[in-house]
Amino acid sequence: MTEPTHGPVSRADVCVVAMAECFRGDGELLANPIGTIPMIGGRLARATFEPDLAMTDGEARLIANPEAFAWPDGKVIETFNPYRQMFGWVWNGRRHVVMGGTQIDQYGNQNFAAIGDYRRPKVQLLGYRGAPGNTINNTTSYWVPNHSPNVLCANVDTVCGVGYNRAALLDEHQRRFHEIRYVVTNLAVLDFATPDHRLRLRSVHPGVTPEEVQEATGFDLVIPDEVPQSRLPTAAEIHLIATVIDPTGQRLVEVPN
Amino acid sequence: MTEPKDKRCTEDEAVAELSSGMTIGIGGWGSRRKPMSVVRAILRSDLTDLTVVSWGGPDVGLLCAAGKVKRLVYAFVSLDSIPLEPHFRAARQRGAIEDEPYDEGMFLLGLQAAAWRVPFLPTRVGLGSDILRDNDRLKMVTSPFDDGEELVAVPALVMDAAFVHMNRSDARGNGQYLGPDPYMDDLFLGAAAKGFLSTERIVATQDLAQEGPPQSLLISRLLVDGVIEAPNGAHFTACEPDYPRDEAFQKHYAASAKSPEAWAEFRAGWLDLSEADYQAKLRAS
Repeated sequence: MTEPTHGPVSRADVCVVAMAECFRGDGELLANPIGTIPMIGGRLARATFEPDLAMTDGEARLIANPEAFAWPDGKVIETFNPYRQMFGWVWNGRRHVVMGGTQIDQYGNQNFAAIGDYRRPKVQLLGYRGAPGNTINNTTSYWVPNHSPNVLCANVDTVCGVGYNRAALLDEHQRRFHEIRYVVTNLAVLDFATPDHRLRLRSVHPGVTPEEVQEATGFDLVIPDEVPQSRLPTAAEIHLIATVIDPTGQRLVEVPN
Repeated sequence: MTEPKDKRCTEDEAVAELSSGMTIGIGGWGSRRKPMSVVRAILRSDLTDLTVVSWGGPDVGLLCAAGKVKRLVYAFVSLDSIPLEPHFRAARQRGAIEDEPYDEGMFLLGLQAAAWRVPFLPTRVGLGSDILRDNDRLKMVTSPFDDGEELVAVPALVMDAAFVHMNRSDARGNGQYLGPDPYMDDLFLGAAAKGFLSTERIVATQDLAQEGPPQSLLISRLLVDGVIEAPNGAHFTACEPDYPRDEAFQKHYAASAKSPEAWAEFRAGWLDLSEADYQAKLRAS
């Protein structure tokens, strides 16, 4: 296997670290990152600062292996985790999911069901999948590999994943498990740490300015006076990602340099 | 001495027990362990106006493309390795089907409610989302206990008939899955008035234990009215460990949504023929 050509710190590795940071403080729960960079990031978190995370093989098992995608020496199976048990974790709440979204708005409402009028959509997508249940029951973060005004948009056409303004309309007991933690994109890390839970620029990836992030966003972001740079991977993290977690470089396919 | 029932039948015999307008459940998940030989039999039949209940894959796409579906009860439709199902999308975009959407987990509750013969099960799922706007069968329910919580009531997803595909079964309908996930196949059969099981291979009851451990025996014959021996019957969906998804065939299928001509060609080549001819053609190709 030839090591892909990239500089000492690739954008993909910055995204992986940002994704890993989503899980910091989670302790012992089911980390369920969906997508290439999220799966690598979750593995990195477990291999470094969150050793008690539990993770899936993408099918019906929770496995202890450090690799994200292929297990040449076999899977180390911790438990059986078929879909019906996954819903058990969602409803039990011991889970932090990372989902994607075709549209995400400034309060974290998310859509991947259909574009246009739901009754007769212009573009039919997946359907509601598990987004309503995930967002109202367990911690949710989002991964956006192509930060653009179409994705981070003013209004989603259908609310699959519940955002903060929708949750605010519910009774306290109905929304008590709702938390949208971070939105990690190929440009930046965003959170909802504002009084009205509007999306805020938390950090920008190296080489990206806050202005560029705003330009790529379809609504006004909350931008603090000082926006830090996203944490860079350590040499040890880069080594771990490249040699163990993602040796074939799938992260560089999702986020090219 | 009375002999036990012989439940063995063909796909066409099972489908002959259905009628237009029925609600039909299809087991499996996405493009995995779908009873595709039965779906192909439905495509060959005169059935129409079906309400289809499915964690949808190419079963839903094929039935939509063939104009068999009046109403779709689902949480997603996906081919897994091809995320979006093109025939399902086309049917939705031309307004050809009634749409009854659920969240994935909600769907489990609907099946469980039907299998347990209660009208609904409560959940927090759906609160705050547009699914309550888009599915008017979902209602609110207030906890009768001191907490007084307001929850979503998921209606029982009762079906006239359900079909699942297993790796092994005996002739009486004791079904065994040997792949990674049972999906909700047992609940589909419990939720349906009539249950049909297709299987890669029928084995003697006493041989089931040699195929896999007791917990792999997902389906009890108490839920099964007909047993269809259908080797390669889940093709082109995955039926691990017997065979993986036929990705090349699935790509060919997905491309058939590109134009009416492409669909007509796919249909003539792969659907307007008996299951035996389909399998023979596959082996020859």
